[in-house]
Amino acid sequence: MTPVIEAIDLVKHFPVHGGLLGRRVEHLRAVDSVSLTIHPRETLGLVGESGCGKTTLGYLILNLLRPDRGKVLYRGTDIGALQGEALRRVRRNLQIVFQDPQSSLDPRMLIKKTVGYPLEVNGMARGEEVVARVKSILTEVGLDEEHMYRYPHEFSGGQRQRIGIARALITGPEIIVFDEPTSSLDVSVQAQILNLVKELQQRHGYSYLFVSHNLSVIKHVSHRVAVMYLGKIVEAAPRQALFERPLHPYTRALLASVPKPDPGKRHTLGVLSGDVPSPVNVPTGCRFHPRCPEMKEECRHVVPSGVEVEPGHWVACHLYSPEKSQRSQKERFDATRP
Amino acid sequence: MPDPEQVLRKYPHELSGGMRQRVMIAMELSCRPDLLIADEPTTALDVTVQGQVLTILNDLVRRLGISVLFISHDLGVIAQLCDRVSVMYAGKIVETAPVARLFAEPAHPYTRGLLQAIPSLDEERDSLRVIPGIVPRLVEPPGGCRFHPRCAARFAPCDRLVPGAVEVGPGHQVACHLYGKPEAGKRS
Repeated sequence: MTPVIEAIDLVKHFPVHGGLLGRRVEHLRAVDSVSLTIHPRETLGLVGESGCGKTTLGYLILNLLRPDRGKVLYRGTDIGALQGEALRRVRRNLQIVFQDPQSSLDPRMLIKKTVGYPLEVNGMARGEEVVARVKSILTEVGLDEEHMYRYPHEFSGGQRQRIGIARALITGPEIIVFDEPTSSLDVSVQAQILNLVKELQQRHGYSYLFVSHNLSVIKHVSHRVAVMYLGKIVEAAPRQALFERPLHPYTRALLASVPKPDPGKRHTLGVLSGDVPSPVNVPTGCRFHPRCPEMKEECRHVVPSGVEVEPGHWVACHLYSPEKSQRSQKERFDATRP
Repeated sequence: MPDPEQVLRKYPHELSGGMRQRVMIAMELSCRPDLLIADEPTTALDVTVQGQVLTILNDLVRRLGISVLFISHDLGVIAQLCDRVSVMYAGKIVETAPVARLFAEPAHPYTRGLLQAIPSLDEERDSLRVIPGIVPRLVEPPGGCRFHPRCAARFAPCDRLVPGAVEVGPGHQVACHLYGKPEAGKRS
């Protein structure tokens, strides 16, 4: 199956000015050599803690930010190389739903205008046709047609997020990036939005990149999951493999830290010590080593490369590096000799 | 807190979120209160850091014998830390119970809906149970039981009479017409 999106070795660093008069320039390494693919009709969940670069990666994939290095292929076309009309034509297939529906909707714009605008910008429809398409898309996301004559402040948070989804859907995209779409919503409303997102995919075959820090939400919506830590993807696997057989010590810690909603199963919550380091001062070697319970000497100096441990299950950790497993196999072999 | 002497000489902006919340806990506990009100103390923190902060908070209050009113929207955190739970909806407490009982035998339709609406790491569900509708504006809360416009179990009295709290088990009270009589004389 050809992927709809192929991101190859993406790098994005942001300059940060520090020191006296802001002359010292450091780099915030938001995304550092990340590759991923998204297949048709698939939801790739991207999970990680705040500041690990999830949102930046989403923006890079949509070409809302330009990478310092690497490229993004949409159905084989390098979208970074496109300009003008060609870029616009590709862009209508790539849409985003933002985290905060309050600030991502213009408070002075009627919903009709907000939702219909992408059609006008892309020259896809005009006049009555826009109105008709807005009506049908609002119904599709569970709102009423009359809602198009209202302003954002007249809606609840969940309804505003439905408007955000309608705006993303109206150009008939193929890929939608959801950037923490439910983190500002009440749990009872979150469930409504998650169900809607899944139904829309089943109905129309969209591909999703679903960004969230909430592991339960990621598990609920994703087919495959990538775990990000400080600008790097440390593990990626089909949903079930990742949640049943997490390999990277960080993924394991993340799963163990989620408080279970079951008072009969009380568990240790503080499994990891230390704070997430700043992406400006990234630790050497494996970025997770200062917090890792299984840290070895080489983890301090050598960046681990990705290994496919079982089909589709990738991990970047020295515990699983091929030289290592060969060596330990050899040691085991030697030990069994008389 | 590692290296407390050095932390003493720092300003808040020099500390991480987890460290700042630790400083807050130190401040609140320094004069040995009888009651600590913790208002969503970890919602701004990452899950691995949240774990550390909750562990510290829990150990300290249990060791010092402090009572805690722990306010949270995270049912996982509540299940892990609390002894008793009150569920609030639109300005009213609708149910109170010992924590094990609340999760095992939720009585109020809102509590039940809430427990079913959270995606869980331990089970697979194709779609989540949903509480339909939206949280009402408190400027004009619905009459009768405030949950009635969203309640699947509503019947005759729910939109007219305010339900009173009824004991349905040891330490378990619920304010819902399914379980008893309306609050004496209260109509809205």
